[in-house]
Amino acid sequence: MIETTFVEAIARTLASAMREDERVIVLGEDVAEGGPYLATAGLADEFGRGRVRNTPISEGAVCGVAVGAAQSGFKPVVEIMFIDFITLAVDQLVNQAAKARFMSGGQLSVPLVLRTQGGSGQRNGAQHSQSLEAWLTHVPGLKVVMPSSAADAAGLLASAIADPNPVVFVECKALYFRRETVPDPPPAVPIGRANTLRRGKDVTIVALSRLVGDALQAADRLASDDGIEAEVIDPRTLVPLDLDTLAQSVKRTGRAVIAHEAVNAGGFGAELAAQLQAAAFDYLEAPIQRVGAPFTPVPVSPPLEDAYRPGATEIESAARVALEWGEYDAEPWEHGAIAAP
Amino acid sequence: MDRDVAQALLRTMWRIRLFEERVAQLKRSLQVHGLIHLSIGGEGVAAAVCGQLRDDDAVYSGHRAHGHAIAKGVPINGVMAELMGRVDGVCHGLGGSMHLVDIEHGFMGATGVVGGNLPLALGTALTQQLSGTDQVTAVFFGDGAVQAGHFNESINLAALWKLPVIFVCENNGFAEFTSRAEHSTVERVSDVVAPYGFERETVDGSDVPAVHEAFAGYLAKARGGGGPYLLECLTFRRRGHYEGDPEKYRDPEAEQEWLRRDPIARLTERAVEADWIGSGGAVMIEREAREEIEEAVRFARESPFPDPAIAPALVYAE
Repeated sequence: MIETTFVEAIARTLASAMREDERVIVLGEDVAEGGPYLATAGLADEFGRGRVRNTPISEGAVCGVAVGAAQSGFKPVVEIMFIDFITLAVDQLVNQAAKARFMSGGQLSVPLVLRTQGGSGQRNGAQHSQSLEAWLTHVPGLKVVMPSSAADAAGLLASAIADPNPVVFVECKALYFRRETVPDPPPAVPIGRANTLRRGKDVTIVALSRLVGDALQAADRLASDDGIEAEVIDPRTLVPLDLDTLAQSVKRTGRAVIAHEAVNAGGFGAELAAQLQAAAFDYLEAPIQRVGAPFTPVPVSPPLEDAYRPGATEIESAARVALEWGEYDAEPWEHGAIAAP
Repeated sequence: MDRDVAQALLRTMWRIRLFEERVAQLKRSLQVHGLIHLSIGGEGVAAAVCGQLRDDDAVYSGHRAHGHAIAKGVPINGVMAELMGRVDGVCHGLGGSMHLVDIEHGFMGATGVVGGNLPLALGTALTQQLSGTDQVTAVFFGDGAVQAGHFNESINLAALWKLPVIFVCENNGFAEFTSRAEHSTVERVSDVVAPYGFERETVDGSDVPAVHEAFAGYLAKARGGGGPYLLECLTFRRRGHYEGDPEKYRDPEAEQEWLRRDPIARLTERAVEADWIGSGGAVMIEREAREEIEEAVRFARESPFPDPAIAPALVYAE
């Protein structure tokens, strides 16, 4: 076991993949300098600036270069520094990478990893703080991965690089520098398998990325305050989704809370809720609750951003609404449990 | 230019011309599907560029891709079947007119989003450069793509990384329905890239020997590690932007212009004059091409539509 951080785990996994296979190349803005979060630190020194390529601020073309290199037999890992900038690369990602195999009748494959990071909490404002992963889950042909720990980041990145399909690897800037003890070397984590972090019989909390830690905190509080046993599951990959693990849990608990940092409207939680209610309708004791950000851009002023970010408190309240459903004579918002619709 | 090259160019151009004319008919009778963009008038560029490339060189094209694919050696039966949505199409009916791919012949792909093929070509050229081969990549695009962000980003990157890529612009003067003058104040695409410092040239795209010679020079240099290069070919788009385009924007004088800018007529005249081919030989080339196209139509019609199960099976690789 070694102590590490999320970004160190990323850099070590990239180095290890580059050592094993010379077709692995890294490209993006400032990657040869290590990038603003040091996720590619040390790579240019070991592998040179031919394989670790700084690029101009040209997200569209750089993503396209990675797609072209991938369909020509290389395994590029391209970095889009903030997920907010993925808007500029979406043509290549959605119209080329995702469809190349399909439209070519299976001739092409695109073993591409697009690393990016999202999330709020650093007072960066509305163009450097978003959670846009749901857009990408809407596109057949892409895989979307969202690790919540250093160990999963390492294990899933290794799997993503080995995968013959384009994988969007969504990191979280707020998790980058938390210290964590992980196995050395960290084992590969298969894409498409959820992780149950805490067992419980009363309510299932499905949480993504940063909210996984908050879900565990909420579960601790529910247990210590009221003896409620919450089960906490991190899907880890959004596409493909391990619906089976989630549905089995909800069938046991009868209640579900879905938590992510993205705005609720059109968020991946909506897809999870739809799939879970279809898979476990007869077992549900309460409507599936969603925790997410309000329908506004991310504010920059510290108290506003803090109020905007969903966390353990919101997850705990949502779990209580799910648990107390049916005990009210009136609508739950009349008791202040949730906001009025 | 010699006898063999001239005859090969004429053969390729006739195969493209007659393929496109047949596709126009098949589109009217709803036997080919979707948006169809024909390359009549641009056959000489396709033939002169692709005719000099090897199977292991890469070509990327755009929405007007049939001619480039045929010239690069993609089997004409497979292209016709693809346009008709059949399982024996080069992409098993999943690509269609705007998304032809045949990796065996180095036709790495056509893209339906204007300008989207440019960075892909750079990616392939980057792998050629990193692998230390003498392979090159050629990418076709129209003057309409030049105003897209991808073009400017790609030109900069290709110059910066000295990639073995040859940009081949078919400047037919129209971006969809609109003349170049309404899209840009820069008339010549070769002028757009001037500040980047790589070699570039504008040639008459209906003068096939001129295209051939200009491309040959760039190709030899790219094989030797040079690049990038840009070859702008001024072409005449004989048909509308797509089949069914009412072409209300078209100058009535264009018909006269076509007589001067038909690349097949020009090369045939030149080849007969130079004794590269007899007039009987020229007719023979056309006749053989016509038979090949009819055979392709028969082949495509006999091919079944794909099993619907093919679609979900091709979304992800295992």
